[in-house]
This record gives sequence, C-alpha cells and structure tokens, in this order.
Amino acid sequence: MEKKEFNITVYTENQIGLLNRIAIIFTRRKINIDSLNTSPSEIHGIHRFNIVIDETEDVVRKLCRQIEKQVEVLKVYYHTNEDVIWQEMALYKVPADIIAEKASVERLLRENGARAVVIRKDYIVFETTGHREETDNLIKVLQPFGLIEFVRSARVAIIKDSEGFNSKLREFEKEQPGEEVIENEYLNQGQKVFTM
Amino acid sequence: MNETAFAQQETATAAEEKPTVELTGSAALLEALIAEGVDTIFGYPGGAIMPVYDALFDYKDKLNHILVRHEQGGIHAGQGYARTSGKVGVVFATSGPGATNLVTGLADAQIDSTPLVCITGQVFAHLLGTDAFQETDVINITTPITKWNYQVTDANEIPEAIAKAFYIAKSGRPGPVLIDITKNAQVQKFEYKGYTPCNHIRSYRPKPIVRQQYIQEAAELINNAKQPFILWGQGVILGSAENEFKAFVEKSGIPAAWTIMGAGAIPSDHPQNVGMLGMHGNYGPNVLTNECDVLIAIGMRFDDRVTGRLDKYAKQAKVIHLDIDPAEIDKNVQTTVPVWGDCKETLPLLTAAVEQKQHTEWLARFNDYTRQEEEAVINNELHPQEGEMTMGEVIDTLNQLTNGDAVIVTDVGQHQMVACRYAKLNKTRSNVTSGGLGTMGFALPAAIGAKFGAQDRTVVAVIGDGGVQMTIQELGTIMQSGIDVKIMILNNQFLGMVRQWQELFNSRRYSFVDIQSPDFVKVAEGYGIPGRSISDRSDLKEALEQMLNNPGSFLLEVMVTKENNVFPMVPQGCSVSEIRLK
Ligand SMILES: Cc1ncc(C[n+]2csc(CCOP(=O)(O)OP(=O)(O)O)c2C)c(N)n1
Repeated sequence: MEKKEFNITVYTENQIGLLNRIAIIFTRRKINIDSLNTSPSEIHGIHRFNIVIDETEDVVRKLCRQIEKQVEVLKVYYHTNEDVIWQEMALYKVPADIIAEKASVERLLRENGARAVVIRKDYIVFETTGHREETDNLIKVLQPFGLIEFVRSARVAIIKDSEGFNSKLREFEKEQPGEEVIENEYLNQGQKVFTM
Repeated sequence: MNETAFAQQETATAAEEKPTVELTGSAALLEALIAEGVDTIFGYPGGAIMPVYDALFDYKDKLNHILVRHEQGGIHAGQGYARTSGKVGVVFATSGPGATNLVTGLADAQIDSTPLVCITGQVFAHLLGTDAFQETDVINITTPITKWNYQVTDANEIPEAIAKAFYIAKSGRPGPVLIDITKNAQVQKFEYKGYTPCNHIRSYRPKPIVRQQYIQEAAELINNAKQPFILWGQGVILGSAENEFKAFVEKSGIPAAWTIMGAGAIPSDHPQNVGMLGMHGNYGPNVLTNECDVLIAIGMRFDDRVTGRLDKYAKQAKVIHLDIDPAEIDKNVQTTVPVWGDCKETLPLLTAAVEQKQHTEWLARFNDYTRQEEEAVINNELHPQEGEMTMGEVIDTLNQLTNGDAVIVTDVGQHQMVACRYAKLNKTRSNVTSGGLGTMGFALPAAIGAKFGAQDRTVVAVIGDGGVQMTIQELGTIMQSGIDVKIMILNNQFLGMVRQWQELFNSRRYSFVDIQSPDFVKVAEGYGIPGRSISDRSDLKEALEQMLNNPGSFLLEVMVTKENNVFPMVPQGCSVSEIRLK
C-alpha cells in the first residue's frame, strides 16, 4: 500500500492532557505528524483536532481506532486530500524599502492572491491562504527581496461530504445510549471542575 | 458528625434531598471507595499522601489497608486481587518515587487489561511545575500506560473523579486508572453532597453495539466449516462469560485452545480443550492453526508470542474475531467477520445461530499431536525416571495434591511456561500471570493480592530463583498481614529462560545468567515464615503436602535440573507450524 497524505479529524472533550494522549499514539509508532491544529468546534465544549500525516491507509485506519479508544475522544474520521477542503495560512515579512523600490507590489499581490496585513515604514507583512504549493510560491517570489520572516499555520480541513458532526453526535447518542443515564452535574462545566 | 458513620446515613437518605456535610478531600476519597464496595487497599504512605493516611486511621474497621514493602509490590498485589476477585484493585502511593514505583505495574495492568484504581499523592497545587520536593509529572509519565488518568487539584473534584475512575477501570475492556491528588485537595474541606457512581461518559463507549448481521455471517462460516478452530483469551474471563463460552464450545463441537491469559476459563480436562497456544504452547494447536479453515478468536489479541510470524499465520483460514475493543479487530490479523461486542452478549447469540455438531475426526487430529508431544516431551518432563527433578514433575505433583483447585500465580521465565502448560485448572480465575509485559518480580506480591481476592482458596506462587529476588521484600508483607500464601521457588540456579535462548540461539554463550541465591529458607525464617528446601525426588510429594497443609504461609524451594529447556517451542521469527519438539 502506498503512502499518501491523510487528514485525521478528531472530536474530543475539552480536557487538559488529551493532546499528549493523542500525540503519544503517533510518537509511540515513530510516525511524524506533518501538521496539527486544535480548536474549539461548533459544538460547545467539544474540540476538534486536524492532524495530517503521510502514511498508508492501513496504518491510518489502525491509528484512528487507537485514537477513538481514548476515553475523551468522541469520534475520529480520516480522509484523503481529495475528500476534504483544506487551507493553510501563511504570513511573510519583507523589508518595505526594497519591495517598494524593486517590485510592483500590486502585481505581486494580485498574482499570488495575497493581501497586505500590515504596512509599516520598515516592513510589510503579507498573507496568503491556500494549499502548500500556493503558499510556497510566494516564498519563492519574496526571497530575492529579502524575506525577513515566514510562518505557516497548521492545516484546517472541512470534510466534503460530511453532514457535520452535530447530527452524528445525536445519532451516536441514539444508537448507543449509556445505560440509565444519570446526568452528571459537572459535565459541561468543563474547566470549573475538571481542571486537568 | 462522625465521618465513618456518614456512608450509612448517606444511603439511608439517598432518595430524599441530599444532605451536605463538610468533609476533607481525603475523607471524601475514602467515602467514595467505600461506596464503590472497596474492602482492601494495598499501599505505602509518604508526605504527599499523609492526609489520606490520616483519614484512613478513622476508617480502619471498614477499609483493610495492607502495608506493602515497595510500591511495585503494592500494585502487583492490586493486580492479583483484581484477577482473582473480578473486582477493581485499589492502590495508594505517595508522590515522586512512590508514584514512579507504580510504573511497571501500570504497564503490566494496561497490557493485561486489569482493572485498577491507583491513587497517588501530589505536591500542593501551587507548587506544581516548580520541581518541588518529590514532585514528579506523574500524569505525563503514566499517560501511555493507563486507560485514563487525571489530576485532582480541588477537593470538590474528588467524588466525581473517583466515580469516573471506577467506571472507566472496570467497564468495557478493563484497565488501570490513576488519580493524582494534590495535597491541598486532600486537606481542603468542602461541602460533600454524597457519592453518585458514574455510569455514563459522553465520549466513552465501553462496548460496541452488537450487530446481528455479523453474528449471522459468523454463524454461516462456522456452520460450513470442515475444520473450525477456537482460540480463546482473557476476554472470556474479563467478560464473566465462562458459561456462555462453554455452551458455545459444546454446541459447536469445535476444538478450542487458549492463550496463557485465558487459561482456566474452561477446565483443563474438558474434552474439547486442546491446549495452550503460542511460543511454548502445545504442538497440535500451533501446527493446526495453519490447517484449520475457520479460526474463531474470542477475547484474545493475537499477541506475537501467540502468532509467531504473522505473514505465515493462518493464511488459509477465514477469521472470525470476537472482541470488545474495536481497535483489536484487524490490528494484527486480518478479520473476515468482526464480531464487535462484549462476548457475554455475542456468544449466546452465536451459540443460538450455530448448528449442533461434532468434529470428531478433526478433534482426533489434535489428539494425535498430543500423543506425539507426550512421547517426545511431556512424559519425560512429568515423569522422569532418574536424574534431577524437573519443573514439570513438581507441577504435576502439585496437581495431584490440589486436584486442580488451587490458584496458581506465576512469575516470568521457564517455570511460568511450565506452570501454564501443566497446571491443572478446574476453575476460572485460577491463573494469575504477567502475560503481556512478562514482568519478573510479579508473582510474590501478586500472590498476596490473589489471596486477598480469593480468601477461601489455596494460592500457590510458582517463582524462579531469579524473579523471587526482585520483590523478595514482600515476604515482609506476608509476615505482617499474616496471609496464607504458598511460595514455591523452582531453583535452577540460572536465569533459566534467558539461558535457554543463549543455549539454543547464541551457541551456549551463557552471558550473565548464572545467578546465586541466598538461603531462601533462612530468609523466610527471618520473616517468620516456615520453609524447606528439597533436591531429592523422594521428598517431593511429602514436602508439597507439608507446604499445602501448613496452616499459614510456607516457602518451599525445589532444586531442579539446571539446564532443562521448555519445549515445544516456536522460535522467534518462525511460523507456528515450525514449532520444535526439541
Ligand atoms: C523485570 C524483568 N527483567 C528481565 C526480564 C527478562 N527475563 C525473562 S525470563 C528471565 C529469566 C528468569 O529467570 P528465573 O526467575 O530464575 O526463572 P526461570 O526462567 O529459571 O524459571 C529474564 C531475565 C523480565 N522478563 N523481566
């Protein structure tokens, strides 16, 4: 089986220590994480991880089952790049004088789909958002003008054919309800009680 | 209010408006343990857990605390307790070195799915991260080797955290849980509202729902099979599904073999029990794994010690895998039909769907192999006519005297494989061993716990001369708690299992496996435990009788052949059908 990029989406409770628990699943198998993003999801108290790795599908499937096994993980999906819409954001800092003198800033921005975020006397910060090749492209263009600093964000990805996790969670609860659920008075109070 | 009286009052008024009472975090912890039905705790005190020990002073009549001699002994005792009783083992340790001494036991319990709740003390919350005295990042150290762990920094969290801990430790695929409690949370007073057990966590699915479709598909494969073969593991025992399992085996008529963790789920002499799997397992089950047409794996995880070379493992067979843990399906062996679920639920459904059959000829093939193995290995091992004693004959004599009713706790090495192969087990929860981690030093403390978990049963620890020296200090625990554990050291004056490998694979270069032992009988005597050492075959039976009939603990050292090997053996990296008889 050939290796390719997979996007792993993990829905979790918002718990301290969980990032470590999930990261260990990769490091233990000596698998490099190419990109990792974690943020609150659209559902209150549920967090979403986007993890990108270059692996065979077989390995990815097994990893996902191990992740889903963690107590605080609600659901894990994996997708190829074709199955998701994904973006990465990049910021570029370049000296203002050289750019103003030697480049047509306007053309540069238009051709690369970039925008200027900050314009100062000493430097300018540009921003682009897109796939890796797109953000890489602007590095190449700006390098000759004395690129001072560059940073790229982790990948965020939205699953193309997903109905969204909202409905899945409800379905999940319907399919596998906990036995005689006693509502936990501290659940959803997150930080207040569980400050791990 | 008298704190110890609180639990009773609490249950009496549970239905009404909950009263609140001011308790310290430590007292709340102990109330929670009592509410969870805990009766025995294994532990060792220290500065960071002193408030809990102080509270324990008031709970002496409700909670039996066993003072071990080392925290590793404490956690192995907790494991032994859990394995024989089917309940959750509870362990206390202090911060820093106390907590790090739990690491081996946590890893062991994690890989062998043993339910444990470990409570560690931690420095004051305001000191966290400052390298305070005896501060260790216990949560991060234990993350990969616990099913769940959590740090409590406020007494208000304690009832909830303990409720979750017990629920997670014992539900689904069981495992160890660690709760680290900072000292301020232990002493803090708070409005205790009583204890509510946990039975639901939004993000946690302890067991997958059973899918009827897979039951049907599995039954169809089984009904059409010519040479089906059952492999069972500890899942059957963990799921308390021994009866359901037996019913399935008997109706389907299929030969069944076990992993060492599954030993005893059906009696050793059940006619369809064809023996032990794996590296030192029986001849037939290993060879015939590569000849069966349908392989039915129940509550086992295809460990590499069981499968040998995976690319040559049961390639001809359709595989049905019954497991509670979805991550086990396809992990090592590709499954044809995955039967997700608790085998307590799936087995009766499967039994109902399979046809009543007898696989007489197929079963006879296993028996043929047994005969070959008896001639080549077993007879010499169990009934040697001359020379020094063998480990096998010691176990065989023990079988005769206990009639297979004892709990056998083993350490790790040759004696472990011999004991697992030959011990007769009539009852479930009779085999306590470190399967997945192979932890030397496990048996002596685990036997202490095993006895507390099954007080009306005879507990015999079978230990090598190497392994017993790893946790020998737990003789002190036996002395102080007055518990009755039979300690049988099989002394071959070598780190036998390593020596066997060196003999077979490193051309007898015996590198640091020659181990000297103290006078074990004198050591035991120092702890007030009677003992005896024998090296003559003619003394064996009588010495074992003396050990078993002694009213309390007894240490028996049996000098056995120095360079005896455990056979059959599937050499590392070989296929199960390449199993060697010598
Ligand atoms: C803690 C630990 N250290 C090392 C080993 C490696 N090891 C496995 S078996 C064995 C030899 C055991 O010797 P002994 O206890 O005398 O038992 P025997 O094999 O002779 O029955 C060793 C060193 C281990 N399993 N656990």
